[in-house]
Amino acid sequence: MTARDTRAEVGTGDVQDSGHGGPDDDYPPERLAAIGREDLDHLGARYDGVHVLHVDPPPAPGSPLEKRATRQVSMLFALAGLFAFLFVFVYVGSGWFLPDWRWEVGGDWWGLLFTPMLGISMGLSLLCVGAALVVYTKKLLPHETAMQEKHEGSNFERVTAAATLQKGWHNSGLGRRKLLLGSVGFMGGGLGLMLLAPLGGLIKNPNAGNPLGTTSWGEGVRLLREDGTPVRPGDQEPGSLATVFPAVPGGNRESDAATMLIRLRPAQVQSATARAGQEDFGYGDYVAYSKICTHAGCPVSLYEQETSRILCPCHQSQFDVTQGAKPVFGPATRALPQLPITVDEEGFFVARSDYIEAVGPTYWNRERI
Amino acid sequence: MATATAPGAPRTALGKAAVELDERLIVAGPLRRTLHKVFPDHWSFLLGEIALYSFVVLLLTGTYLTFFFQGSMTEVVYEGSYAPLRGVEMSVAYASTLDLSFDVRGGLVVRQIHHWSALLFVAAIVVHLMRIFFTGAFRRPRETNWLIGIALLVLALVEGFAGYSMPDDLLSGTGLRIASAIMLAIPVVGTWVHFAVFGGDYVGELIVGRLYIAHVLLIPAIMLGLIALHLLILVKQKHTQFPGAGRTEHNVVGVRMFPTFAVKSTGLFFVVFAVCAALGGAVQINPVWLWGPYDPAKVSAASQPDWYIMFLDGSTRLFPAWDINLPGDYTIPALFWPTLVLPGIIFTLMALYPVLERVLTGDTASHHLLQRPRDVPVRTSLGAMSIAFYVVLLLSGANDVIAEKFDISLNAMTWAGRLGLILLPAAAYVLTYRVCLGLQKHDREVLEHGIETGVIRRLPNGEFIEVHQPLGPVDAHGHGQLAYGGAPVPKRMNQVGGARRAIRGFFTPIEEPIRVELEQREESRGLATAEEGGRELTSAGRPTEGGRPSEGGRPSEGGRPSEGGRPQEPRD
Ligand code: HEM
Ligand code: FES
Repeated sequence: MTARDTRAEVGTGDVQDSGHGGPDDDYPPERLAAIGREDLDHLGARYDGVHVLHVDPPPAPGSPLEKRATRQVSMLFALAGLFAFLFVFVYVGSGWFLPDWRWEVGGDWWGLLFTPMLGISMGLSLLCVGAALVVYTKKLLPHETAMQEKHEGSNFERVTAAATLQKGWHNSGLGRRKLLLGSVGFMGGGLGLMLLAPLGGLIKNPNAGNPLGTTSWGEGVRLLREDGTPVRPGDQEPGSLATVFPAVPGGNRESDAATMLIRLRPAQVQSATARAGQEDFGYGDYVAYSKICTHAGCPVSLYEQETSRILCPCHQSQFDVTQGAKPVFGPATRALPQLPITVDEEGFFVARSDYIEAVGPTYWNRERI
Repeated sequence: MATATAPGAPRTALGKAAVELDERLIVAGPLRRTLHKVFPDHWSFLLGEIALYSFVVLLLTGTYLTFFFQGSMTEVVYEGSYAPLRGVEMSVAYASTLDLSFDVRGGLVVRQIHHWSALLFVAAIVVHLMRIFFTGAFRRPRETNWLIGIALLVLALVEGFAGYSMPDDLLSGTGLRIASAIMLAIPVVGTWVHFAVFGGDYVGELIVGRLYIAHVLLIPAIMLGLIALHLLILVKQKHTQFPGAGRTEHNVVGVRMFPTFAVKSTGLFFVVFAVCAALGGAVQINPVWLWGPYDPAKVSAASQPDWYIMFLDGSTRLFPAWDINLPGDYTIPALFWPTLVLPGIIFTLMALYPVLERVLTGDTASHHLLQRPRDVPVRTSLGAMSIAFYVVLLLSGANDVIAEKFDISLNAMTWAGRLGLILLPAAAYVLTYRVCLGLQKHDREVLEHGIETGVIRRLPNGEFIEVHQPLGPVDAHGHGQLAYGGAPVPKRMNQVGGARRAIRGFFTPIEEPIRVELEQREESRGLATAEEGGRELTSAGRPTEGGRPSEGGRPSEGGRPSEGGRPQEPRD
């Protein structure tokens, strides 16, 4: 960089009449006043490192080409306005001088069309604006090719900036004053922790009371259908499945308690093998399995009688009800937990206890609690 | 004031007001520099803008939605105007989404515009990222912006997930349940993380409210900051450009911001908004009233997330059932690998790619000229490989739907996905590599032997040859001496002015060939005037056309800044 550059730099913050050199000195007002608009534009561009290499002029004023392009653009703008007014017309007029906008099951067609009409009129309106602007640049503006210079960083600026930073650091004496530096570091750490500490309010102990491993099922809790009615052994056809919930308040909204009560077909009973130690969890030809997939917790739902498989719709794990709901395909790794059931003195199904393992997805210390 | 009396001082009210303004704010300089910023004129540069503009649409529509949506899980009985759900118990969040859809005039259209623009937003980011990747625009000095881009992509995925999980309908609840399981699957701290996020066991009463504040404040604020930084760095570093006539590592050739680029880009904004609005009105999306309120015991068949989350659904479906049991009865759940480790690896690799490439190729130089994908076959093939991997995951995310539609067994689809995940990327790599080399070879061939003219000549000895048009000077053997410069090589005669340009018209020609022919002849003689039309774009996207843009004819009449004038970097 030349010496003159530096002077210009120093004068950057000064007012125009400082006489430091730079464009205002090179181009006093009289001189600028004598330059035409087009050339002033290019002159300014040069100061920004931009060179206009080539300009294709737009169609000449008054030429048929210009008239046609102007008509096209105006038409598009007018259409945009028209569609915008159409939007307002539909929006404001519905329920006033037009039919009501509300959509009802089996209601009239206006309610059905209200949303599409709004979206499409808005879309067309905006599309016309966009098209108008693009056609404008293509057909009515000059097409220029400009070239802007790119600059690498400057060594001068690096060195001077670094000097200022270094000077500040040096004057602060933090390099020498070790005690000060240490205390500042201590303060920074403390403050950081202090500001983060309230986030501790988010933390809850997941192991207190084993919330993950328990549900509302327990000894003597009845199995209720979704409508709240209890189930008797005679209620279900062989091969059928019912979703049941624990008979506690809010049991049917509990996220882990949903259970499938399945009545096996005689053929299935023949071939059924339960998990070790759980042979007596069923009752007659009934078995009850957790509905919460052991993979990621979706409710498994599709029961295919012929194959005895329960399919989870989320990632297609399949569980075989005749093999203790063992996973036979897909990403699930564990069998659906089985709820031990029996029948109470009134003849309704009840649970004999809670699930003996955590239902739902696997986690780190699941096997330990 | 000196300026007020100076010759050439503005006389109009507007001009005077502008001077008043500049005397106070001193904005003329920065404004001029902004107006003069040069933008390359290539379609692939629009992709980032589409992402930006769909973000603006999201901000506008999202803010509207906040006037009505309530992120609360308190249970209420629905009494709104959607009859099938009247009297049903549901969360306030779901009820307010129903109200937005049925009882707020125009609420449904805004909701649907919001959802469609979310899909477009993520899609635009992904395609934008691919263009950056395949052209090498991420190379030094632009690694920072690459990192910001990856961060924005991840945030967009999280933001979208939070968005569609908020209405608390059956579909979003299913997604949330899986998210809960994913958190539980983190080794050692999983249950702690889950309890921190959900405030207890699944589902609790806090999560929708937390998602809501994250969705409308936390994540958008971070994204806004990152986008601002992204653009600031872009302005500072200036654009990259494809090689071509007059384009070097030290310049950008294109159009100035004002007026051409600004008008065109505003046009693009309107088109993006228009597409979202029309889709939002005409194509139903996420009809939450059909799914019903969330109920942990229910699920709708074929629950699919939005497309940008689907690759994770796919990986989850494909990953085998491998729980790892550690001594002491600890378990690393199978779910951990496809949902946390895999995306972790994917995004880390993506973020590190510029560094990896720099280290492996030893290319540490700054680059402002882009590469054509064929010229960097290894990178291009790696990209194709990644896309193949991604597409297999994406399709597997919908494998139950595909199985049903095409009557294939689900298990077969799963196995096809597992095998495809291994085989297809490898095949994509090999194939892409071959194609790149083939294209390279053809470029060299045309440079050496010239363009095929389609003219067959019979030599005196009876041999037939095709006449080739050399592109530049030839040596004694008739071989072209032009070296390949990284720019497209013209391969048809009309690209080098050896034949008239193609006739315009999409389905049927809209002009007469003979007139085009005449017009072009006139132009080549320098006779054509602007009135007679047929102006060609001087688009920088056609570098091969007139060779180096000429500087001639521009009066520079003392207009050049004197040597050592003001520094020319924007510095405000
Ligand atoms: C930046 C990217 C954003 C993405 C990808 C995104 C995505 C989504 C999605 C997919 C939905 C679900 C819509 C549905 O119910 O079908 C949604 C809902 C919502 N978003 Fe956003 N959004 C974004 C930004 C914003 C912003 C900035 C705001 C507000 C300031 C906002 C406010 C809302 C509200 C209130 C809802 C709930 C309304 C409803 O579900 O009906 N969003 N968002
Ligand atoms: S949640 Fe059931 S297979 Fe994933």
